[in-house]
Amino acid sequence: MPAFTPPPLPSDDKRWKIVNGTMRKNGFARHALIETLHTVQSSFGYLDDDAIRFVARSLRVPLSQAYGVVTFYHYFSLKPPGKHTVTVCAGTACYIKGADKLIAAAEQRLGIPPGQTTKDGQISLMTARCVGACSRAPVVLYDGEVAGEVASEHVLEQLERWAVE
Amino acid sequence: MTIEELEQIAESVRLENAKFDYEVNVCMDLACASQGAEKLRDALVKAVEASGKTVLVRRTGCMGPCSSGPLVRVDPEETLYHHVNADHADAIVASLGGDPVPTLQCDLNDHFDKQVRVVLENAGHIDPEKIDDYISCEGYKALLTALTEMTPNGVVHRITESGLRGRGGGGYPTGLKWGTVAKAGGDLKYVVCNGDEGDPGAFMDRSVMEGDPHRVIEGMAIAAYAVGASKGFIYVRAEYPVAVARLTTALREARRRGLLGSNICGTTFSFDVEIRLGAGAFVCGEETALLASIEGRRGTPRPRPPYPAVSGLWGKPTLINNVETYANIAPIVRNGGKWFANMGSERSKGTKVFALTGKITNTGLVEVPMGIKLREIIEVIGGGVPDGHTFKAVQTGGPSGGCIPAEMLDIGVSYDALLKVGSIMGSGGMIVMDDTSCMVNVAKFFIEFCMTESCGKCIPCRAGTAQMHTLLSRICDGSGTMDDLELLEDLCSTVKEASLCGLGQTAPNPVLSTLKYFRNEYIEHIAHKRCPAGVCNIKAAVEVLA
Amino acid sequence: MSDAVEVKTLIIDEQEVSARRGQTILDVARENDINIPTLCHLEGLSDVGACRLCLVEIKGSNKLLPACVATVFEGMEVSTNTERLQKHRRMILEMLFAERNHICAVCVSNGHCELQTMGQEQGLTHIRLPYRNPSLNVDASHERFTVDHNRCILCTRCVRACAEIEGAHVWDVMGRGINSIVITDLHEEWGSSTCTRCGKCVQVCPTGALFDKSKVGTDHPKNPDFLPYLNLMREAQ
Repeated sequence: MPAFTPPPLPSDDKRWKIVNGTMRKNGFARHALIETLHTVQSSFGYLDDDAIRFVARSLRVPLSQAYGVVTFYHYFSLKPPGKHTVTVCAGTACYIKGADKLIAAAEQRLGIPPGQTTKDGQISLMTARCVGACSRAPVVLYDGEVAGEVASEHVLEQLERWAVE
Repeated sequence: MTIEELEQIAESVRLENAKFDYEVNVCMDLACASQGAEKLRDALVKAVEASGKTVLVRRTGCMGPCSSGPLVRVDPEETLYHHVNADHADAIVASLGGDPVPTLQCDLNDHFDKQVRVVLENAGHIDPEKIDDYISCEGYKALLTALTEMTPNGVVHRITESGLRGRGGGGYPTGLKWGTVAKAGGDLKYVVCNGDEGDPGAFMDRSVMEGDPHRVIEGMAIAAYAVGASKGFIYVRAEYPVAVARLTTALREARRRGLLGSNICGTTFSFDVEIRLGAGAFVCGEETALLASIEGRRGTPRPRPPYPAVSGLWGKPTLINNVETYANIAPIVRNGGKWFANMGSERSKGTKVFALTGKITNTGLVEVPMGIKLREIIEVIGGGVPDGHTFKAVQTGGPSGGCIPAEMLDIGVSYDALLKVGSIMGSGGMIVMDDTSCMVNVAKFFIEFCMTESCGKCIPCRAGTAQMHTLLSRICDGSGTMDDLELLEDLCSTVKEASLCGLGQTAPNPVLSTLKYFRNEYIEHIAHKRCPAGVCNIKAAVEVLA
Repeated sequence: MSDAVEVKTLIIDEQEVSARRGQTILDVARENDINIPTLCHLEGLSDVGACRLCLVEIKGSNKLLPACVATVFEGMEVSTNTERLQKHRRMILEMLFAERNHICAVCVSNGHCELQTMGQEQGLTHIRLPYRNPSLNVDASHERFTVDHNRCILCTRCVRACAEIEGAHVWDVMGRGINSIVITDLHEEWGSSTCTRCGKCVQVCPTGALFDKSKVGTDHPKNPDFLPYLNLMREAQ
């Protein structure tokens, strides 16, 4: 059997070298799939078909299996994120303290359901399972920054600030 | 590294700390950090510099009562300040050597008096990024003791003697699990730490990984020695970036000190740990799903047996425990199994960390001896339900648990007692609900969670939870019938008994427990088209009645 | 010790039977003409224990075990058809019928469908659960075959046949929970995928989800019996 040669990098974008680095560190073993997908997402912000194809070929994972993994885990995104992201925690403590109202307010203001990005690519609306800041419920993450005991007005104010940028 | 060298490090830390007249500890855990603890610490450092006093300003992990945050504790007086912000820094530093700042001082004696700290003993006292801080609190002493003075069997025996049971939810005897892996054949074995903490409402594992990461690593290393493993994995949720960063630092520091790696402390024992990131799947808390995920695959569970203790990661014998379980190991090895077994109740030993949240005055992390009454946790430690509302239920065990009503509050907290009332210990989330919560809606919330988190492999969980969600939605919007209720109970039975893994088997619990204790609320929605708590949006109620 | 003994004796449905060590309950039952219903199991493929129809009761344990993967032990007493099991089997079948869109009269597999047969065998007379009717995609891009996701029960036989027997691993499952579907490659059209066109997936599909285009409108029995033969031939080489 001929020796396996990994496919060439998809482009001369330096970020592919970082991705390749993760795979090399793991000896191009199949079990590095999720680790590598994490690297792709943190480098590029999301996973597109070309990226998944490149990683799958490099690690010798069947395409359908790689796609199955990507779509199984909710942390992975197939679409580029907006310039800003508002994430409403939908954990139990947050639900008890009215997180549904925050989601509804953001949905109405942005005109998109959770998981989507506004047409202008400005803001993504997300929900999280639980960010572990339950004692300050309801919790919202503005671009990853935790805000606790949040009211709907607070979310709307932040969305306004982002909208006029 | 020898025990003497370890003590030298501890001594030098103590000498270094003795140079300071005061220690100002700032809680930098998520809840406090989200309220400006970082700025507060910077302001304290500046204020100290300006004052010319010799004061150590230290960042620490979670101090417990998050609802009073940001928290600052001044030692040696142990004065606790609450709701502190950067503007208070000057006053706090000025008060050192005199009377405390009265407006900031908080009285949480009732909150702390009933607590016993084993897992959280260092939280709030050490800087989680400094291995020497950990060593100065007897850190890694247990590992070195085990390696130099105990046989692997002796370690297993000590854990068995302690009566420790798995803190991830199931409550399987830890010593028995270790013994099984130790006896399994083969030279390659793995030790895995489950830090996926998927239960919404539970954050003790995050807090331990962020506030005292070396404790987890030490527990894993002792476990590896006991079962004969040389390689470990910590599986952490990607939603916990700080925990990942702290663990990464801690692993690097432990390797630098020779406490991880080849021939640890000059013995034949070698062990190292890698971090693996979860990617947002609750089911990966199930051990076979977790292993699939570490192997880079979809996190779907497989039927057991074979158990991971016999055939786990890449088919090798694998020990899996959760963060809090490992966090208990070092103190047990240090103080003996009997010391641990003296705490707690008949069949649930030691302490348990709970995350108190929801409609309760003192939210945050508490650590209590097993067997303590639920009522004491909620009314005394938690300070009861605020704003004049009345207590309705406490939800334990996350989506796999149940809702416990007011009349059951006098049960002692133990694995068996919670199971008996239709809930489970779970990882330790405790969410308090008051009269503004609708229990049917709560049941719907949990089933929606399980439906979204179901892996889809087996039919009862995949299709059953979706069907339960449809029926509960009908009941909530006022279009449910008594036939739907009967069907719902039939579904619960099949999903519980026929599902492949723990997620599916326990998914009906929130429905079953609310049906048991709050059936009248279901009937109100169905027969009278009324939501007693006023939460559900009942449509066209008038027409239905007409 | 009993584990060292190669031959085990056990009781299945009050019948004394013997088994080799490591054999599954399903295997032993079928050798003795005791019927245990299965959907995801297929002779020649690995077992996943996913459909839960083969659950059996073991005396002394409250837990139900999947007969396709649970192995025998000495003195085991197995019940394969108790009232409790029948109730769960009917409910599981109801869940399957209500999950997507199973209208037998218009299905290419009518009369040869394992789900349909199973419903009849288990005495299913009507479906109490609300039909979900998700209206999923039908992919007819392949020159020979079609996949109609509305009829798929996610048994993953196609995935396993393609990966384990053909060795191509073109099929897999994407998404999770109630939103899972089988896919080819990166959720691309079957016709332009890396499919080898061997047709094994179609033969092993228990329903009308995967079918041969040339057979539409005709009687369309499937023949998955080639799998044990293939495995046998490979082992011999």
